[in-house]
Amino acid sequence: MRDVFIVGVGQTPVGEHWDRGLRELGASAVRHALDDAGMETAEALYVGNMLGGCVNGQENVATLVADAAGLLPAEAWKVEAACASGGAAVRAAALAVASGACEAAVAAGVAKITDGAPDGVSAGLATAADQDYEASHGMSFVALSALLMRRYMHETGAEREAFAPFAVVAHRNAATNDKAMFREPISAEQFAGSAMVASPIGILDAAPVCDGAAAVVVCSKEALRPHHEPVRIAAASVATDTIALAARQDVLWLGAAAVSAQKAFAAAGRGPKDMDLFEAHDAFTVITALSLEACGFAKRGEALRLAAEGCVAPGGCIPISTFGGLKARGHPVGASGTYQIVEAVLQLRGKAGANQVKGARRALAQSVGGHGSVAVTHVLEA
Amino acid sequence: MDLPRYHRLRAAYYRLQGQRCTSCQAVQFPSRTSCRICRERRLEPYRLSGRGTVYSHAEVGQAPRGFAAPYIAALVQLEEGLLLTAQLTDVDPEDVVIGLPVEMVTRRIQEHGPQGYLVYGYKFRPILPRRKAS
Repeated sequence: MRDVFIVGVGQTPVGEHWDRGLRELGASAVRHALDDAGMETAEALYVGNMLGGCVNGQENVATLVADAAGLLPAEAWKVEAACASGGAAVRAAALAVASGACEAAVAAGVAKITDGAPDGVSAGLATAADQDYEASHGMSFVALSALLMRRYMHETGAEREAFAPFAVVAHRNAATNDKAMFREPISAEQFAGSAMVASPIGILDAAPVCDGAAAVVVCSKEALRPHHEPVRIAAASVATDTIALAARQDVLWLGAAAVSAQKAFAAAGRGPKDMDLFEAHDAFTVITALSLEACGFAKRGEALRLAAEGCVAPGGCIPISTFGGLKARGHPVGASGTYQIVEAVLQLRGKAGANQVKGARRALAQSVGGHGSVAVTHVLEA
Repeated sequence: MDLPRYHRLRAAYYRLQGQRCTSCQAVQFPSRTSCRICRERRLEPYRLSGRGTVYSHAEVGQAPRGFAAPYIAALVQLEEGLLLTAQLTDVDPEDVVIGLPVEMVTRRIQEHGPQGYLVYGYKFRPILPRRKAS
């Protein structure tokens, strides 16, 4: 397999886009990424998307975006891996280049969630869980996360307030990201007092589902040009676990996240200590904690202690969600995994502005779908 | 829930029917083509006891379409050792704690409007104290 480099990134602001749909958002991110790479078009486009069918009434999203972005007749198809769709699209594009099938490809993630009413979106998100044994029993994604959080608190003895640093750090980082949805800092006290959505999960534990699109251009070594600031995809790995939470051997261990991280680290010849930052899938604070443990940044049951010591904050031993993460940049579901890669590339180029992690050379980005039933992990190197 | 899906789920929803592995004896629910523990392909039907304890719980305040909040979501650890996701019923949220003994009951889990059919399945309630035989 050939080396693959990211040479272009693009992103739209994250939020409620009342005047733009899937086609406009997707095309905007793709055009920005191609402009950034100095390319007019690409041979292939892989689009991560979830909910296009059930919320937007639009399948065949990759063709829609290829058409709107002026990429026809490029190869284009949609990649769906629940909330990890945007990460999986990057994996698909990188595989296409690594295999020699093409020299340059675009991966995009796009979401237009606000076309749907909240109860319909909630039901749509729940289709990433087990429809027969979870969703059909009224289990929303928030409810399933709440079950995880309650059990995590029970086993570790932690109070709800101990999860605050993840949300506080995310909001602080988003304050200086002009693409972020929530740019107001929050305090630990506000976190503690936030209204319950599904006890013990409060509104400030949860990332907001919203609209947005991000894209990256990947290419082979042969296609690199002098003006590029290439970031190498040192490793990528996708792994799965049972679709139903209840079927896992150990519900508090994100097995897919752990396996995909271990495989990615092994392929890159690196480990957790070599990473300068971690774009985590912080859809809920408890998922952030479990991800830190699954990836080896914290020992089992110790992620909250890591957070309390300031390790995940800027300047800490492993800064997370450096542009606000899903929590505060926002969670455009099928696009979040692509946003993570865009943000990690900006860090490794040294172009992260006020959010720059000093001297960042290596980044880990992990996109988790379906409560850990699927995980996509990338190791990127400057 | 569409009728074909409801039809094929009836053994699981009404009887908690899963499988037992003929090799390692592990019980699994729902059914699969192989044992989730040892990958053995020879499995036999196995009806779960329906008794267990609350492993985790959450009070759902915002329901997905088709459900009416509030209700209590739970992971139930069955006597056989495995976990099951279900709603709790016949109990106040403040009385639910991890470890609470519960048993399966058949209840309406979805309804499809005033003219629609009702979908029945399992929920769990606290195990009621047994009356002494007089």
